[in-house]
Amino acid sequence: MASVCFYFQVHQPMRIKKYRVFDIGNDHSYFNEGAETDLNNKYILERVARKSYLPTNRLLLKLLEKHPSFKLAYSFSGVFLEQIERDFPEVLKSFQNLIKTGKVEVLSETYYHSLSFIYSQKEFRKQVYEHMGIIRRLFGVTPRIFRNTELIYSNDIAKTVEMMGFKGMLAEGVGRVLDWRSPNFVYSAKGANKCKLLLKNFKLSDDIAFRFSEKTWKEYPLTAPKFARWIKEHNGNGELINLFMDYETFGEHQWEDKGIFMFLEALPGAILEYPDNDFVTPSEAIERYQSREELDFPNFVSWADEERDLSAWLSNPLQEDALSKLYDLEEKVINTKSPSIIRDWRRLQTSDHFYYMCTKWFADGDVHKYFNPYESPYDAFIAFINVLNDLKHRINSSVEAKQGRCRV
Amino acid sequence: MFGWEFPPYNSGGLGVACSGLARHLVKNGVDVVFVLPKNIPVSSDFMKIVFAEKKPGTFFKTRMVETLLSGYIDPTGYRAILQKTVNREGKCIYGATLYDEVLRYSELSREIAQNEDFDIIHAHDWLSFSSGIEAKQVSGKPLIVHVHATEFDRSGGNSVNQKVYDIERKGLRKADGIIAVSNYTKNILVQHYDVSPHKVNVVHNGVGEENVLVDKEITNKLHNLKNSGTKIVLYVGRLTLQKGVDYFLKSAAQVLKYDKNITFLISGSGDMEKQLIYMVAKLGISDKVLFTGWLKGAELIEVYRAADLLVMPSVSEPFGLIPLESMMNGTPALISKQSGVSEAISHVLKVDFWDTDEITNKILAVLKNDSLQEHLSNEGEQEVKKINWHEAAKSCISVYNKFCFQT
Repeated sequence: MASVCFYFQVHQPMRIKKYRVFDIGNDHSYFNEGAETDLNNKYILERVARKSYLPTNRLLLKLLEKHPSFKLAYSFSGVFLEQIERDFPEVLKSFQNLIKTGKVEVLSETYYHSLSFIYSQKEFRKQVYEHMGIIRRLFGVTPRIFRNTELIYSNDIAKTVEMMGFKGMLAEGVGRVLDWRSPNFVYSAKGANKCKLLLKNFKLSDDIAFRFSEKTWKEYPLTAPKFARWIKEHNGNGELINLFMDYETFGEHQWEDKGIFMFLEALPGAILEYPDNDFVTPSEAIERYQSREELDFPNFVSWADEERDLSAWLSNPLQEDALSKLYDLEEKVINTKSPSIIRDWRRLQTSDHFYYMCTKWFADGDVHKYFNPYESPYDAFIAFINVLNDLKHRINSSVEAKQGRCRV
Repeated sequence: MFGWEFPPYNSGGLGVACSGLARHLVKNGVDVVFVLPKNIPVSSDFMKIVFAEKKPGTFFKTRMVETLLSGYIDPTGYRAILQKTVNREGKCIYGATLYDEVLRYSELSREIAQNEDFDIIHAHDWLSFSSGIEAKQVSGKPLIVHVHATEFDRSGGNSVNQKVYDIERKGLRKADGIIAVSNYTKNILVQHYDVSPHKVNVVHNGVGEENVLVDKEITNKLHNLKNSGTKIVLYVGRLTLQKGVDYFLKSAAQVLKYDKNITFLISGSGDMEKQLIYMVAKLGISDKVLFTGWLKGAELIEVYRAADLLVMPSVSEPFGLIPLESMMNGTPALISKQSGVSEAISHVLKVDFWDTDEITNKILAVLKNDSLQEHLSNEGEQEVKKINWHEAAKSCISVYNKFCFQT
């Protein structure tokens, strides 16, 4: 038996607009770029919704109706849901319709798609609960499985997540941890044995997410029957194939004219052609399959880049400086009790801000391989630091205002 | 090769480029006859290095030409020099105008071409294009013209000198091959000179070893300034319209509104100097802007090292060696996007030259954030090592090979 577990990450950050030194103290709106550039969140969301979310949702709804045993899971960031609720209600509606089928599981994560676990457990928990709130409100369900930002994982995260009551967690099937083991079984987390682990099969996941349109790939073009055959070949040496990827794979990263929707449309049927195959949601997977072994992840891993570590967000002094300056403000921010200051501080925690500051790919001269809405990582850092300085001003004036009131 | 000047007697990047290229050509086994104006002294240090580095069996020699031309001369500058020379020497063998002198230079070059043995002619910038054409005519050898700057860069796009433009166009048309110092320059040639893109080879300049020429002690004259806690923002280059120093000064005034503890150093000289000094006074920042005059050698390295940031605000810069020199000395650079060098490096800050607000924003970001300054400095120092004359010379040789040894 080989069960296929589809999980899609749906996330759009609130990108910081072009924010200069002159704006500090004058402009407290950080995420409202008006020009039609890749820093304009509404403009990007409109494009991705049109090219990816709406057509993919339509197609998946059709497939869920056509194949009674087809299932899948999503993880939505809170900042994404907030944006579609405000600007694109029809996109929200189409996700709600999918979840209403009862065959779509929604996972838990931090509301702000943040790196908070690394810096502040307290803040991490608050963001997970805030996320729980919006999922209940918009979809009427309560997540039982946790998925951390960009599949960042370690033993410690599993322990915390277990204590918070989650039954399982997703992680990258990193070769250096798995060693000779296969990602195609359920495992348990070291030090948190009630928390089961589902590991991404990165070979098969990336065949779709990254290699689908690559003409130099020897398997090009990838067809649904071929992919289904690869899955079937795991029968006997694996129980579970976890296909984890960005939802934007469909229509945004891999384009419609390259045949990605035709592939997706044919895939569930092709997989089900083999009677030994079926689909499971993450919750079903951990109920159905026993943990094979305890896995030890002493260091952080993630699903990003070749390195599968934190280096995309935390490998240069700019990123370290920006993140530590941001989290140093925690106590002061919380003490202001100002909802707008707290909200903006949290929006600045979204991992994408730090990803845009990454300079590691300059080393291979492969600057264009990685998408960056800023002209350079340095521009991303400068905008972020300017905004952070404005936030500090707001914190200080809020404290002063409070002190003023006390005296009255 | 028709070149212009040798360090340390150069007045700009052209001399650095000609000599860097020449040295690495002989290092790679190319025989070079280097033609240059007699009024430029040849440094014995330079010759020592050339001879130490050249591949055994390769020859390098210089041929001097009696001319008043120099790499960056313009019609007004020529008139002034001519006047001085006539006053001093009392006689005049030189052309009455710059264009006459260019013509005279090309006639002298013809004689050289008749007496020397070579396979290819390589001419740097418009003043030597006519010489290159003459040499080609008498020898029948292929001509490569190397474009370091065009009249469009020099004039900042306004009031292009028609005669200069015509000479440039003629050189580009008569040349068998063209080398441009950047894609930025290549685009100018294609757009404004009607040159076919297929005829243009881009060879980025190198940087580096000219600093080897200076082996003196660094004296740290700027120590006191640094110790007072002030940050230093540096400009290095000729003070001409093309270089955008006026934009830099406008931004300096803005920066000083945010932080008084910053000194702006302007190192260089040129026809805009008086205008810029006047501008500084008018902006009310004359206590914060220091004009150092033209610095070279150890002194220049010293200011590079003392500075916290170098700014190259060029309106149009075909390549731009200054930021690379600065980065070699560990000082980060903020450069104009209207430059060739901006296509070659990543670990710098980039701005449109006219966007003084953004220049201000970025200057302050570097001065206020140690992490940014250090990262740019460390990464930049590494990155700049990849941009060297060895690579440039190799690219030139592959261009030569396209035209040489054809039957």
